Amino acid sequence: MAKTIDDQPTPTLKDRVSKIGEQMQGSQAWNSIFRPGSIFRKGYTDSPRNRSYVIMNSVLYHLHPVKVKRHAVKVSYTLCLGGLSFFLFILLTVTGIFLMFFYRPEATAAWNDIKSLQTSVAFGLLVRNMHRWGAHLMVLTVFLHMARVFYHGAYKPPREFNWVIGVVLLTLTLLLSFTGYLLPWDQLAMWAVAVGTNMMGYTPVFGSQVRFVLLGGVEIGSETLLRWYVLHVLMLPFVIVIFMAIHFWRVRKDGGISGPL
Amino acid sequence: MTEIPEHLLKRAQAAREKAASEGGAAASSSDGGDSRIPEHLLERSRAAKDKGAGGAVAVAEKAAAVVAAAPVSGGVPVGAGPGGHTQRLLTVVKSGSIQDVKATPVDKVHTWPHLLAVEFVAALACTAFLFFFSIFVNAPLLQLANPNQTPNPSKAPWYFLGLQELLTMFHPMVAGVTIPGIALFALILAPYIDRNPSNKPEDRKFATSLMTVHLMFWAVLVIIGSFFRGPGFNFVFPWRDGLFFEL
Repeated sequence: MAKTIDDQPTPTLKDRVSKIGEQMQGSQAWNSIFRPGSIFRKGYTDSPRNRSYVIMNSVLYHLHPVKVKRHAVKVSYTLCLGGLSFFLFILLTVTGIFLMFFYRPEATAAWNDIKSLQTSVAFGLLVRNMHRWGAHLMVLTVFLHMARVFYHGAYKPPREFNWVIGVVLLTLTLLLSFTGYLLPWDQLAMWAVAVGTNMMGYTPVFGSQVRFVLLGGVEIGSETLLRWYVLHVLMLPFVIVIFMAIHFWRVRKDGGISGPL
Repeated sequence: MTEIPEHLLKRAQAAREKAASEGGAAASSSDGGDSRIPEHLLERSRAAKDKGAGGAVAVAEKAAAVVAAAPVSGGVPVGAGPGGHTQRLLTVVKSGSIQDVKATPVDKVHTWPHLLAVEFVAALACTAFLFFFSIFVNAPLLQLANPNQTPNPSKAPWYFLGLQELLTMFHPMVAGVTIPGIALFALILAPYIDRNPSNKPEDRKFATSLMTVHLMFWAVLVIIGSFFRGPGFNFVFPWRDGLFFEL
């Protein structure tokens, strides 16, 4: 009796793990998460069909087609500038959300919050640095992306309107950076914004009204800080995401990236 | 002549070699015809041929003659057209009249892994750069904002320093609103102004030089505003008077 039981080898850890894996992949929950044909259902072996499935059955399909022009994957053509701008936007969103946990947009609290963020919050200084330098870098990459697109003549039909969206995105990027500039509420922030808003005050006809709306008063104060904070963390990101969605959608609808030259 | 992509040429070459090697193999092995036809079908067709040659069924005679005549004599079969054709041409459907056939096939690659791998590496490199830069260089945090104490010089963020530089030359309305407004508007209208359909650099020398002048104009202004302006926004040399610039 005991002998017959012993004939069955005790399952090794590897067997058990693979059995649990199989049970999990066969479960309804798993199959409800991953679409039919998803590589997470059947596993991935390198074949043209699976290469298509990676895109087709994942959320990436919103961004990329299954196939792209061969020249489009050459780094020397785009230098990844558009993609990096988008990636920096994501990075800035993540670091920005972290910073929001430790920041109050009030003239009496803002500067102290930044100071204590740097000194007494774990990784606070690092994340703030990344947010700041990432913002400067994003202005740079968006600008270079625009130059690249121009020099490749990629704004020509049928891509004219996407170029216009791109110019809007460049403007929004500058505004996002500029509104964020005020938030540390130090001498640099306040006076840089003073210079900038003074310039906008010279808008013909309704210059002083523009300045009043932007500052929430006649001079920079607590109201300005709250106003620019809301613009920076909510309104401008919301607007720029909408324009980005249109931008990316048009890239695909207009036949992928332009070229080859 | 249209240029044939390299990978297509390679593929054609490989197919030709494969066909050649298979043809050779088939020629050496084939003594009883094509080996892909199943044995029982060969048997059946052979039996039918024998039967036809015997002339047992009158109706089948003509058809059998056609079948038998072609392989045996190689001459014109009975019931054939003037050119020896056993079929007639009814109509010609040109490609493109029903289907929309693309004139030039586009050379494409799979997004995964070709594009995604590149994007992933670029994102990783970007993150690494930002991470290490942020470890070694701290973002500035000056004293608490004080509306009663104007720093000298007070400068806008670097991307607006070109405009601030223009302020030294023009009336604020011209420098702060008119010139950047025109620049932005011209940028938006660029695809509608530029009617040249070519995207070849050699065909658009005017457009590229105009854009280069435009970009250089702003770059020079930003650099002067950033590094060559000191207290009172007066002209300084950074190597002599020091740097008055914060990011």
